[in-house]
Amino acid sequence: MSIFLDKNSKVIVQGITGAEGSYHTDRMFKYGTNLVGGVTPGKGGQKTPQGLPVFDTVRAAVEATGATHTCIFVPPPFAADALYEAYDAGITLAVCITEGVPVHDTLKVVGATAGMRIIGPNCPGLISPGKALVGIMPGHIFKEGSVGLISRSGTLTYEVVHLLSRAGLGQSTCIGVGGDPIIGTTFVECLREFKNDPQTKAIVVCGEIGGSDEEEAARFIAEHMPETPVVAFIGGRNAPPGKSLGHAGAIISGKFGTPQSKIAAFEAAGVPVADRPSEIPALVAERLAVRT
Amino acid sequence: MNLMEYQGKELFKRSGIAVPRGHHATTPQAVADFLEQTAEEWVVKAQVLMGGRGKAGKIKMAAGAAQGRSVAEEIMATPMPPNRQNPAGEPIKSLLVEEKLAIAKEAYCAIAIDRAARKPVIVVSRFGGMDIEEVAEHHPESIAKFYVDTTIGYSPFMGRVLAFDAQLDHGYRREFPAILASLYDVFFRYGAKLVEINPLALTAEGRVVASDAKVELDDDALFRNPEFNEWRMALPLDEDELLAARAGVGIRNFRRFPGKVGTMANGAGLAMATMDAVANAGGQVADFLDVGGGANAERVRNCYELVVNNTGAKVFFVNIFGGITRGDEVARGIVQAMEQTASRKIPLVIRLTGTNEEEGRRILAQAGMTPVETMDEGAREAVRLSEA
Repeated sequence: MSIFLDKNSKVIVQGITGAEGSYHTDRMFKYGTNLVGGVTPGKGGQKTPQGLPVFDTVRAAVEATGATHTCIFVPPPFAADALYEAYDAGITLAVCITEGVPVHDTLKVVGATAGMRIIGPNCPGLISPGKALVGIMPGHIFKEGSVGLISRSGTLTYEVVHLLSRAGLGQSTCIGVGGDPIIGTTFVECLREFKNDPQTKAIVVCGEIGGSDEEEAARFIAEHMPETPVVAFIGGRNAPPGKSLGHAGAIISGKFGTPQSKIAAFEAAGVPVADRPSEIPALVAERLAVRT
Repeated sequence: MNLMEYQGKELFKRSGIAVPRGHHATTPQAVADFLEQTAEEWVVKAQVLMGGRGKAGKIKMAAGAAQGRSVAEEIMATPMPPNRQNPAGEPIKSLLVEEKLAIAKEAYCAIAIDRAARKPVIVVSRFGGMDIEEVAEHHPESIAKFYVDTTIGYSPFMGRVLAFDAQLDHGYRREFPAILASLYDVFFRYGAKLVEINPLALTAEGRVVASDAKVELDDDALFRNPEFNEWRMALPLDEDELLAARAGVGIRNFRRFPGKVGTMANGAGLAMATMDAVANAGGQVADFLDVGGGANAERVRNCYELVVNNTGAKVFFVNIFGGITRGDEVARGIVQAMEQTASRKIPLVIRLTGTNEEEGRRILAQAGMTPVETMDEGAREAVRLSEA
């Protein structure tokens, strides 16, 4: 098992003939993702270099292929429209890679698409190693195994995964939830799935400053999965208040979103917080050893 | 993008919120010309983004042309005094001359985006004219909130519920639901992250007037309202954002700090972790810089120049996790960038991983740079070199 995505999930790409879309389609295809086609309005009937059919609409793609998952590579002004179209066609999981989506667009989409899981926007996607990749992650650094990973950023996720894989700690599913203030799937929603996943034996939470997703994750862990080994990391501990660092969501404002509050919440939940990414694998291994 | 009071009030007016009669002036002469036409006493308010104008003596009364001029000159003579968030203070480039309201009561209302609820939240308190954080600390029971379902939007019952819950003075009640409707219109129409009226004044004559205006627009939504690009010109420049834009990186991707270790990483999360790694190694960073995807020679050169020419960096620590990109290509890009640049040379410590990373490190070492294998090792080496 794994969460959200496995080797049978039927995936389409919205914006499949664009520069980003076609590049990452090829990488997902080579990784072994069960890609069944893509959508670019006006290019219906064409085939991609991998032989995948292109459709004019998401409805046509879903009717012809039975797709349940979509990966969205469209420019920011059209991202909300692409998500609505996916919802209308009955897609159940949409990964929105697009960075720079207006926050009101995300608010409206999230409020109006109950029943469809949205990952992102402004995220690297998700991967169930050895099974499927939906997004822009570098597949070769991942290794199939039992550690679930959730993160608000891209390259930091890769850094941590690289360390885990080299230490022999493979992963069940890794999810980059996105760096925006409003996102479709929070840490808590991922944890709820990991809790019921038999493959996942330990979890790494890669948080950062801003918002309260980490505090809520800590509370959920304490209440619902106190036995599961969890290790956390908080990026941006040395950031000044009032300034966004890269991610629109990574901002300390007033008393909110401080690293101290997040670290305290995890420690109260019995979750060790690594001072640096390189400490994560040992902390995970220790906790797994204690448990077995 | 945060708007000035006069800009926020312009948006309020368009959506039907009552604001004091007023005149925006950019010189003391313009203030004098305006006050010449009337005998009443008016309020002259500095237009700045920083808070604390009253305490800093940047809001004053004036009647007539002569006093108007001298008060305006006095306000504009010195910048807003610095505070922790704005260590440089803020120059005063314009003034808002407004009618003096006979204020009987002051309340607070705002609409913001609640991250955890993933909904807009309307916040109301019967205590206005002070920081809402202060109200939350001293009178938490006075704050009423309503989370708006975006598929419904605003409906007047929300205003009624809030007015009762917040125990607003009776004088507000008739107009309040309509004022919130207008405020929601501003929030929604311009894609704002925050709209705030503090204080919402109830005058002795029973008018309800927005005495101040705070509006934060979403930078990602500015493309929908091109007029705001002109409005931006009137705003104080954030120098870091300007430098970032000139170097061709996103405006949120660069921040300067007082330390000696220049940093650059690909991806915001890794860039933050790089700052933390330098701090863990006992050093202080000179900047936060997310180079974005694709570290080609031109981009690396621009970023190198951005850091050496604008910060106190004595060493440049480059942390590239080459997930998809090839390590040897990144290395050639860095070497080429250093050959091309005319800026002063500082030592480079480069952490590089990815496909062909050994080849990449060999290329860097040959060019006299310090390639390292891990982030922690790179941070230690960079801190050591910055102190040498």
